[in-house]
Amino acid sequence: MENMSTVGSNFKGGTIRDGAEFKKLCSLVLRNTKCYFKDKFTFFMSMITPIILFILFVTFLRNVYIEQFTSSFKANNIVVDPKIIEGCAGAWLMSSILSVSAVTVAFCSNTIMIDDRINSAVNDFRISPVKGTTISLSYFISNFLVTTVVLVVVMLIGHVYLACVGWYISLADTFMIIVDILCLVLFGTLLAGVVESFIKTQGGLSAVSTLVSSMYGFICGAYMPISSFSAGLQNVLSLLPGTYGVGIMRNHYLNGYMAAFIEEMRAASVDENIISEVIKGIRDSFDTNLYSFGTDIGLGAMFGILLGTCCVLLAVYVLIVILKNKKKKAV
Amino acid sequence: MIIEITDLKKSFKEVKAVDGVSFKVKEGELFAFLGVNGAGKSTTINIISGILQKDGGKVKVCGYDLDKEADKIKNELGIVFQNSVLDKKMTVYDNLRSRAGLYGIYGKAFKVRLNEISELLDLKDILKRPLVKLSGGQKRRIDIARALFHNPKLLILDEPTTGLDPKTRITVWNVIEKLRKENGLTVFLTTHYMEEAATADYVVILDDGKKVAEGTPHELKNKYANDFIKFYNRLDEAERYFKALGYSVKCKNDYVEVELNKTSEVAALIKAKPEIFDDFEVLKGNMDNVFLKVTGKDIKEV
Repeated sequence: MENMSTVGSNFKGGTIRDGAEFKKLCSLVLRNTKCYFKDKFTFFMSMITPIILFILFVTFLRNVYIEQFTSSFKANNIVVDPKIIEGCAGAWLMSSILSVSAVTVAFCSNTIMIDDRINSAVNDFRISPVKGTTISLSYFISNFLVTTVVLVVVMLIGHVYLACVGWYISLADTFMIIVDILCLVLFGTLLAGVVESFIKTQGGLSAVSTLVSSMYGFICGAYMPISSFSAGLQNVLSLLPGTYGVGIMRNHYLNGYMAAFIEEMRAASVDENIISEVIKGIRDSFDTNLYSFGTDIGLGAMFGILLGTCCVLLAVYVLIVILKNKKKKAV
Repeated sequence: MIIEITDLKKSFKEVKAVDGVSFKVKEGELFAFLGVNGAGKSTTINIISGILQKDGGKVKVCGYDLDKEADKIKNELGIVFQNSVLDKKMTVYDNLRSRAGLYGIYGKAFKVRLNEISELLDLKDILKRPLVKLSGGQKRRIDIARALFHNPKLLILDEPTTGLDPKTRITVWNVIEKLRKENGLTVFLTTHYMEEAATADYVVILDDGKKVAEGTPHELKNKYANDFIKFYNRLDEAERYFKALGYSVKCKNDYVEVELNKTSEVAALIKAKPEIFDDFEVLKGNMDNVFLKVTGKDIKEV
């Protein structure tokens, strides 16, 4: 075999074919990510949920939530700076947009995986000396990166808005919001990876993306606070891990505003018991406090549930990838 | 031998896509694999390249056993798929870089190889252009560049000119010929165009998953394709005369085609009826005739 002819006489094939699987993974991730950002339409489709939510808020919901916050104070004859209230409503919206978008964008951005299946580009990878698990992992990682980039862009736009209407978020909470985004994107990407593993057509992907985009916001309490639902429905929603993803985001967005409310009320010499009652009322009404069958789920527990779910989804995703690779070999 | 396939079998449920096919491909030759759609050509290619798992048989490529050393085989073969599988919105450079990475070709090695391939396939002016903005012929050259980038010993071309206009077909074919002549590359070709198969060193014809014929084009033509006489004048007379003699006669608008049993018959026929032989030609049977004879199917109509 040594005498076999090859194309390109100066090219020493043996010396350069020592690439580790990790480098091949990086090549695929880079390729998938580039493909996504080169397709302006896909990028626009991914941004649609955050854009619609933002427009919906500014045009309709903003006044409703400002009214709700204001009435919480009016009921106790307390007057607070309208700037804090407006900022608080905006922060509540941002927590909704980011926690919903982490899942919806992850579902919409996974198009490259489906496209590669449809146009057989995946065969081009399978004829190469790269493992099937590396190919699957590359789709997951690139979707994670793309969704994170989209969410960070949305977060920055939202923070500019909050800076304009009233910024009361501490540096620590800002840092934690970024951590929350990463956790939620991990959750959304894993969920999309598991669900979309079974999709083989563009139509299937569109149907699932549309369903998730329209449904997810409602079932995780992002559009309407869970506290506004019936007790039975609240308990059902408390069983869904996405609810706690919204919960952690709400806490880190609203902590600063709650502190500002407390400061305002103390400056107005409001009784400490009333302050506690008002703040608890707001936290309960706007889902920074979450309850499951009457039990208060703390912030640590919310993180635990979300990350625990990520572990389960990761295990399922790995299982699917392994089984699919075995099945392909057995075809 | 660069490919040795013995008793290859592959079924999809009840359909036997490849049914006990055996053949060998010599190093440096242009090997043509013929068959209508569904004959088992692509299934065989997919098995050789590791996309599909075989049900039975032995496959050896470049001396490596597919069952034991699939990854080594993947390093030694390049495939040009029937439809381009590269990323249309990405540039030629990005496409080649992403695919080179899958073979462990990065950095300086990538640049060295890119220069060689660009020179070989005349890609320098289009490297920065997205695939979507290239012509059919240019896209095919990029497909070939991708297949050759890791310096394979065997190039598999799955109907590389299907759907291309005649001019682009010639361009692509010239590139393949250049690669063979200048670099001695082994080319495994599947095609619907019999004139392409006629230039091959060796041909295997598949039908319904089975090998039905093999040999050099010359051998196949001698074995399966009869010669023809074409008459361009006195058409009615020629038609009546040869039909009466029991020959197979085809009447077209401006000529009559008579299939001969043997080339040597011509002299006797001219002697017997010289007046109808005032405008005629004797033609050797071609690969279309071979294919029709062997499979009973006209590849142009299937």
